[in-house]
Amino acid sequence: MTRSGYFNDLHNWLISEDFTSTRQARLHKAYVAWLSLLANPLAFAGFAVVILLIIIATLAPIITLYDPVSQDLTIALKAPSAAHWFGTDEFGRDVYARLVYGARTTLYISILVTVIVAPMGFVIGAMSGYLGGWIDVVLMRITDIFLSFPSLVLALAFSAALGPGIENAVIAIALTVWPPIARLARAETLTFRNADFVVAAELQGAGMWRILLRHIVPLCAPSIVVRLTLNMSSIILTAAGLGFLGLGAQPPMPEWGAMAASGRQYLLDAWWLTTIPGIAILTVSLAFNLLGDGLRDIMDPRNA
Amino acid sequence: MRDPNDTILTVENMSVEFPTLSGAVTAVRDVSFSVGREKVGIIGESGSGKSTTGRAIMRLQPPKAVVKADRIQFENIDLMRASEEQMLSVRGKQIAMILQDPKYSLNPVMTVGEQISETVILHEHVTRKQARERTLAMLERVNIRDPRRVFDLYPHEVSGGMGQRIMISMMLIASPSLIIADEPTSALDVTVRQQVLSILDDLVTERNIGLIFISHDLNLVRSFCDRVIIMYAGRIVETVAAADLDNARHPYTRGLLNALPSLDHPRDRLEVLRRDPTWLEN
Amino acid sequence: MSIAQTTEQSYPDSRKLLSGLRKIATSFAVILTTLFGLLVITFIVGRMVPADPVIAVVGDQADQATYDRVFTEMGLDRPLYVQFGHYLADIAKLDFGQSHVTKNPVASDLARVFPATLELATLATLIGACFGVPLGVVAAVRKGTWVDHIARVVGLLGYSTPIFWLGTIVILVFYAKFGLIPAGGRIDIYNEGLVEGPTNSLLIDSLLAREWDVFWSAMHHVITPALILGYAAMAYLSRMSRSFMLEQLRQEYILTARAKGLGKRPIVWRHAFRNIRVQLLTVVALAYCGLLDGTVLIETVFAWPGLGQYLTSALFFADMNAVLGSVLLIGIISIAINLLSDIVYRFIDPRTR
Repeated sequence: MTRSGYFNDLHNWLISEDFTSTRQARLHKAYVAWLSLLANPLAFAGFAVVILLIIIATLAPIITLYDPVSQDLTIALKAPSAAHWFGTDEFGRDVYARLVYGARTTLYISILVTVIVAPMGFVIGAMSGYLGGWIDVVLMRITDIFLSFPSLVLALAFSAALGPGIENAVIAIALTVWPPIARLARAETLTFRNADFVVAAELQGAGMWRILLRHIVPLCAPSIVVRLTLNMSSIILTAAGLGFLGLGAQPPMPEWGAMAASGRQYLLDAWWLTTIPGIAILTVSLAFNLLGDGLRDIMDPRNA
Repeated sequence: MRDPNDTILTVENMSVEFPTLSGAVTAVRDVSFSVGREKVGIIGESGSGKSTTGRAIMRLQPPKAVVKADRIQFENIDLMRASEEQMLSVRGKQIAMILQDPKYSLNPVMTVGEQISETVILHEHVTRKQARERTLAMLERVNIRDPRRVFDLYPHEVSGGMGQRIMISMMLIASPSLIIADEPTSALDVTVRQQVLSILDDLVTERNIGLIFISHDLNLVRSFCDRVIIMYAGRIVETVAAADLDNARHPYTRGLLNALPSLDHPRDRLEVLRRDPTWLEN
Repeated sequence: MSIAQTTEQSYPDSRKLLSGLRKIATSFAVILTTLFGLLVITFIVGRMVPADPVIAVVGDQADQATYDRVFTEMGLDRPLYVQFGHYLADIAKLDFGQSHVTKNPVASDLARVFPATLELATLATLIGACFGVPLGVVAAVRKGTWVDHIARVVGLLGYSTPIFWLGTIVILVFYAKFGLIPAGGRIDIYNEGLVEGPTNSLLIDSLLAREWDVFWSAMHHVITPALILGYAAMAYLSRMSRSFMLEQLRQEYILTARAKGLGKRPIVWRHAFRNIRVQLLTVVALAYCGLLDGTVLIETVFAWPGLGQYLTSALFFADMNAVLGSVLLIGIISIAINLLSDIVYRFIDPRTR
């Protein structure tokens, strides 16, 4: 059997709708989603950039020549050149290296926030929708209170109170991102709350947590994933904003927002200090938005 | 007297196709019929293409659909070849369409009176005051008592039966010569159906115009219409006068008739329609 | 009289009045609880601060006796809920504490800077709405064409651009390179302090006083930050109005309108658009609140003397009273805007009457 023949057979197996096992059905779904993603060039571009980001962040030590934190004032504020692709900053640090390591910071923040927010938002929202009654009212009031603050301002307030530092920034951002997820989880739970299969499970004696985990989570997961992907861009922008204001990651740790902020003083002479990190933020943010849009179109083609 | 031979609409070989990922789906295939100053019913199950046919005649098919026909002759215009501009002056003024559920087919944020007046202002360029008078007169004509009060109501404030009568007013106020009614009573309570149908009947007879009545309810159509066209899988399988319906020959029609319960001829078992794939061949 | 008609009679007026009152009361309860929650949060945030508030007042050279005295004076020895009670009482008296940077009561600082932010945010929202909504509507009507694609790209860029960076780049290009715009501030020094008006909005006051020079200078200064913020608002609003419009165009009543023989323009504007007015209002209010985020950053970049800049310099100097006061004020503004849009929404939508 030739290699291309194998792939061909695999493709046909995945595409066919005569399922012989749950595993095949799941793989089929994933494969169809992957094909749709491929068919949407913008979304695929976003996906590619995100993968690139992860690769760059992982391979940071390998793909940079200079250390991002060591200072050398003799070569400070040099324009982009062959030696320093993106120039040097006011302390003589290689901007390219700081950019690459800054990707790590960005990823670190994004992943941590997502890991906190997804379960937290889901649990609060699903419990609220499932149990109803005064629990629902109280939890939704709390969600509304958090929603009533603009997110950067709230993150600012928490960050200021907790003190500078990247972990505190993560907590602050997470506290502003969970409300929409909770709302979404609640809405999805309510849709299925009175569905026959849920009632059947309850009659069989399944407790709330079992129902939530085994039945509701798989149903909510797609829209929560989409929402999280779309939110990723605003997480990154908020983190950059916090960095710009001096909160969040502290020097000498490279962070794109902080780099843009410190570059402002030298704006007229060394434009690359602010411009380049900003472009990086823009690109990654855009990539997540494109990916999120594409995912949403896959889930709900009517909105295309 | 009504002259069914005075043909208003002639449809020749109309087809409607929808492009899908796995090739084109034919919703309507080679349909030909004509309508005079009479009531013609189009009967079919879901997916038979009856609604699509009705909309295609007015060129209101969904944007992705492709309509092909030799001719769709309406009075002196070939609708198939008419420009969109010409169609704008045909719709509402010469051909009208009544939709199924007034809950959805009426604009929720415009008053009832405003929506009806809009038609007559659009086609006859009357003033708002004149339009209001015409609307009130039309509302009375469809047996709505206290038309002045109803004029200012919003669609969610009226019942289903009244909503359909408002729909009828809206579509008939500019005196079209052909009405296409797409399941006009399917969303109504049984008690209200007769009221709406009798109003429709009165208007059609009084104005001597044609009516295409699309429905899935055979009993309703056979008592209301003059002629019945039966559609299956996008094709016309039989055309017969309503009075002659019991003598229909096509097995699908016979199957439909046999599936109807009857108080006069009670049976122990109702027949289940057996679909013969040969009906799908041309 | 048909049965259908009798069931459609409107309630006698007193019943409608009662249900209306009940709705208003529920809204008020919601607002109050949200406000209360806001205060709880700011109180907690204030207490979480690692800095010692007593030291902030007495300095770190003070002896133990002074420290204890101030400690009791500030009520810090009382249980938390009593402290919260004092906090609420203070807020009700509009006492947000004192800023140790400006040495003024925070409340008076806020009153000074707040109108500038209001001016900027309102102008930006107007720009965003006037450009964003028609763009979204056109994109929906011409879905799939190049207009739609351009609108989506413009929107996407607006969503993804870090606003502080955009502001900085604009200053770099248009001020440093082309000298078209001022470097920042609200008005140039020649015209400063010339107009003292009732609304504290330089644009409106100078118009009222017919001081054209002042007006142009103010406009010259406000237009760039307002355009940048407006762009962000426009991205959001065009996306939302496109989505709302698409949803409407799928509805049955659009088919009815077409069957009547209406052309595209009346269908889009007289029928579909009327149905999204309410939703648009809600998102415009949301956009306004979202802009309050952006003003914090933009005011810093453009040295605009508003709430945002006050907040960031307070952060820089660790002036917690000022930080909390500003945050609280922003939260209150958000609630107020949502409340306002709710009230107007009740008036416009016939379905809720």
